[in-house]
Order: sequence, then C-alpha cells, then structure tokens
Amino acid sequence: MPVTVQTAPVGRTADGGGPRVRSGTWRYVGGKALGALGSLAFILTFNFFLFRVLPGDPARNLTRNRKIPPEQVAALRESWGLDEPLLQQFLLYLKALLNGDLGISYKFRLPVADVIADRVWPTLVLVGTGTLIATVVGLWIGIKSGWNRGSRFDKVTTGSTLTVYAMPEWWLGLILLAVFAVGIGPLPGVFPTGGLISPGVDPWSLEGILDMAWHLVLPVTTLALAYLAEYALIMRSSLLDEMGEDYLLTARAKGLRDDLVRRRHAVPNALLPAVTLVALNIGFVVSGAITIETVFSIPGLGLLTYEALRVPDYPLLQGCFLLFSIGVVLANLGADLVYGWLDPRVRG
Amino acid sequence: MTTSIARARRRESAARVWAEFRRHRSGLAGLAILTFFIAVALFAPLLADESGLDVTQATGEPLSPPSPEYPLGTDESGRSVLTLLIWGARVSLFVGLLATVISMVIGTLVGVAAGHFGGWSGATLNRLTEWFLVIPFLPLAIVLATILGRSLVNIAVVIGITSWPGTARLIRAQTLGIEARPFLERAKALGAGHWHQMTRHVLPNVMPMVFANTTLTVAIAILSETTLAFLGLGDPLRPSWGSMLDSAFSSGAITTGAWWYILPPGICVVLVVLAFTLVGRALEAVLNPRLRER
Repeated sequence: MPVTVQTAPVGRTADGGGPRVRSGTWRYVGGKALGALGSLAFILTFNFFLFRVLPGDPARNLTRNRKIPPEQVAALRESWGLDEPLLQQFLLYLKALLNGDLGISYKFRLPVADVIADRVWPTLVLVGTGTLIATVVGLWIGIKSGWNRGSRFDKVTTGSTLTVYAMPEWWLGLILLAVFAVGIGPLPGVFPTGGLISPGVDPWSLEGILDMAWHLVLPVTTLALAYLAEYALIMRSSLLDEMGEDYLLTARAKGLRDDLVRRRHAVPNALLPAVTLVALNIGFVVSGAITIETVFSIPGLGLLTYEALRVPDYPLLQGCFLLFSIGVVLANLGADLVYGWLDPRVRG
Repeated sequence: MTTSIARARRRESAARVWAEFRRHRSGLAGLAILTFFIAVALFAPLLADESGLDVTQATGEPLSPPSPEYPLGTDESGRSVLTLLIWGARVSLFVGLLATVISMVIGTLVGVAAGHFGGWSGATLNRLTEWFLVIPFLPLAIVLATILGRSLVNIAVVIGITSWPGTARLIRAQTLGIEARPFLERAKALGAGHWHQMTRHVLPNVMPMVFANTTLTVAIAILSETTLAFLGLGDPLRPSWGSMLDSAFSSGAITTGAWWYILPPGICVVLVVLAFTLVGRALEAVLNPRLRER
C-alpha cells in the first residue's frame, strides 16, 4: 500500500515557515485532544445518568424481574449514595472512578477493574490484527475495483462485498466455525472450536504463542472479512470521487503511465476520506469483537460483556461500556492525529 | 390552487425518480426481494399456524432434519423451523421499521435544527451529535436494552436512540447546502419565520436524501436487531431471526451439524438487509447526480 501523500504546499507560508507551521500543528493537536477530552467528559456523565436518572428508583429498576438478593440491592444503594442529592452522587461517582473503583462484580465477586484488566489484551489483539488485515485488503480491493470500474473484478468484488456487508459478522463466524472447526460430513475440522489457548500450554513460550495464533485464525478471519467489505466499498467510492478531477487529466496529459497516475495521484487523495471513515468505524469493529468473541469463546472484553449481560451483572456491564467507549475515543484521537500528519492542509 | 400545482409537480418528480430508478437493475432486484418478505410477514397467519410457535404444542422430534412434514426441520424443542422463520419475518421487519422511524425522526430534527440555526444552539447540537457518534453502538445498545428490559418496542427504541447520529450528520450537511441557496434568502427577506423556513423550504428539499438514507438505516436496524436478539436481548415470547440463531447457538446446533437451524435464519437476514441496501444505493444514485455514474 503506497501511503506516499502528495504534500501540497498549502498551509505552509514561504517566508518564516518554521514557527508558523509548528504553531499550526500544535493548534491542531491541541484542538483534537481537547475534543477527545470533551467526548470523555460526555461519556462519563452519560454513563452516570444512564444508570441513575431513569424514572423510578435505579436500584429497583435494575433488579426488576430478576432474582437479586436484597443485600445486594442495599449494597448498590449504599455505594451509589442514592439517598444523597444528585450532585453529591455525581461527585461520589467521579471520585470512585478516579480511584479506579468500578464497583464489585456480582458474578465474579471481585473488583470490576481487576476482572476487566485480565481481559483487555485478547480483545486488543483480535481487534488490532483484524482491523489491520481488513484495512489493507479492503483498501486494495477498493482501489482495484474502483480504478477498473465495470470490470469483471469490480462486478464480482462489489457484489460479494455488498453480500458480506449484509451479514451479521457473528453469523459469518458461526458458518466458518461449522465448516473449518467442527467439520461438515466427511470433512474433519482443522481449527480449534474456541478458546484462546490449549489448556496446559504456557502462553509466554514460543509454543504458546503459536498455539494462540492458531486459535485466532478463524476469529481474526471473521472480523477481517466482515469489515474489509465495508472498507472496500468506502475506498471504491472515494476513488470514484477523484476520477473526474482535473489533476488526473493533467497527470495523464504529461504522459504518465496509468499505473503511476493511480499510485502517485489518485490513490493518495482518495485515501484521505477513507482513513477518516475507517477510524469512525472502530466503534463498529468493537461491536463486532463482542459477538465474535462470544461465538469463538475468546476470553476478552467482548465475551466478558456477554457474560455480564446474561447474568445481568450491572457493575461489570457498566465497566465494560466505559472501557469500550474510552477505547473508541482514544482510537479516534489517534486517527485524527494520523490524518493531520497525512494531510498537511488540515493543520492549516 | 397553488397546492394543486405543487401536488402535480411533486407527482411529476416522483414519476421521474421512478423512471430513473427502474434503470438500476440491482435496485429492482432488491425491491422484488423486499416485496416477497413483506408479503410473507403480512400473510404469516395464512402461511403457518401461530400455534406452531408454542413450545408446549410442538409435535416434532427435537432437531430433526428436513422432512416432508417439516420442510426445514425442527428446532431444539420440536417446533417447525419454517414456521418460526415465517413469524420471525414479522418480528424482524417490525422492529427494523419502528427503529428506523425513531432514528429518522430524531436524526432529521437534530440535523435540520443543527444546520438551520447558527450560533451556539446549532454548534451545541452538532457537538452532541458528534459525541453520540463516538459512543460504540453495541455496548451502548446492550446497556440500554438490559436496563429497559426485553420487549420488541424496547429493542426498537434502543436501536432508534443509538443510530440517529449518522442520519443527523448527513441531514445537517444537506441543510447547510440548502441554507446557502437564494430561495431561502428570499423567504427570509419576505419575513418567513424559522418554522416556516424549516417546514416549507428546508425539509421538502432534504426529504429525498432522508428517504434514501431511510432504506439504508432499515438495513442497519435489522442487522442490529438480529445481533441484540442473538445476544439474548430479544423478546423471549416473540422469536425473531436473531433469537432463532441464539437458540440454535446455545442448543449446540453447530456441533450437531443442524444446518437447517443455522442457515435459513441467517440467509433471510442477509437477503433482507442486502435488499434494503441495494434499494437504498439505487435511490441515492437517482437522487444524487454526483453518484449517478457509479
């Protein structure tokens, strides 16, 4: 993937460029960081109100129709300070959060923060590798089909990407699981049916890492397939937007080969909107991780969310929601910074 | 008299859109698939007896493969999968459409207002949209659905309030484009109030885009409903395609190789979602000339 961006001399003044560029960059980074902080504050407040301001008594709401021992309800009322005024409750909540106190999980009878900490890295590995593969392959397909619009490759890939896009990603996972792990008819399954590592293998040895990679083949493939479809569609339409532009005509007129026109001129420009959309999509990839971890029983945050909602274990659910949201805000901030680096124009 | 002219003009433009739409073969195919599924959902009582949904009245063997009596086999409690599938179409389409209505109403209101009102109120609405856009959809939907409890309307409400920001952003962009047009300036100069400007000038012009976006939103709403139901948040009394897949997964249909229980609900979801996507894309191409060449 050529990520060589045509750095147009915009936003960079010829005289005394140095300090002005730097202040522009800092203003851009600062603005984005401030925006992310705003989002975080919003999420924290939203999370607070989500569980408290619904009509009626929150503790009763959460326990409605469910068998939860009265002492747990009392503990909930106590820890939330439900008899205090709302502002007091909010301050109590913020103080607990700052101390890393997310409450005690009903299911595991352990602090939520500890339960979550153990489950973060499988999700990071799954989402990270899945997104990477989906982005590279998806953008490649999008470029190839967009550049040769109407070709056979374009028709086949657009049709199949639209179909995959219409699939719930976990259903795709179920099918892959049935075919490649369980096996159909006379064909035996090849891959493990679930989990992250075979029992009794040390995760820090070479054997353990290979074993984990083997366990992750199907889940990562599912995630990558589900999202590469979307990235291919985005990249294709982004490239098509650039197709009619005059600078491509100029590039052709000066005698560049078709291949070079694509690589040096069209793709770098088309890549920019695609990068933003890929970043915005991280929230959806996280959603995909929840269901895919459930299907392949990978002990990450997604499976933890599923376990929490089946109980339902509110403190744990709230903790997972908070962590997912913060993760997405940070990922978006990262993408914004990469975007600013790729496209000097936005730094101004 | 002016209303009749407006009506005639509207009818004319609808006819033009239809003529243009017919040229998109994939859009027509989508429309045909949709018609089929909507018919199945409407005539469900005629196609399969509702008593077939009752676990206590199930007649078949659990998880038996397709036979003349049960064309798509049976589920883990001996109910006909075909019956579940037919009644599931009702649930999936109902939730998908209701969620879309909720999402479109919120999204259009916020989007038009954010685009129309400058200053701090517009900026605030825009900020709010962006904040909601960042919250990951499924974790939020799970939390909301767990708090509200499991019912069809609740699921639709949850999907509606988690999916409006995308619409709001699109509509805001459209509104900003219209705000710059001379006819709105003329209306303002003639003394039109905000309400008149929005309902008579902005809304009619963004409506086509809202409509194209709606069909795409239905696709996403149905996918979301399926996912939430698969996670066990669906209405336990009214199984949708997602709840069927939930039961199939938890009753071990994967390991026993009960393909008739896993494939049909998934294929139905894919067909309906694909159909809405194709219709939506075709509509977008008709209404947005910039995309027409694709």
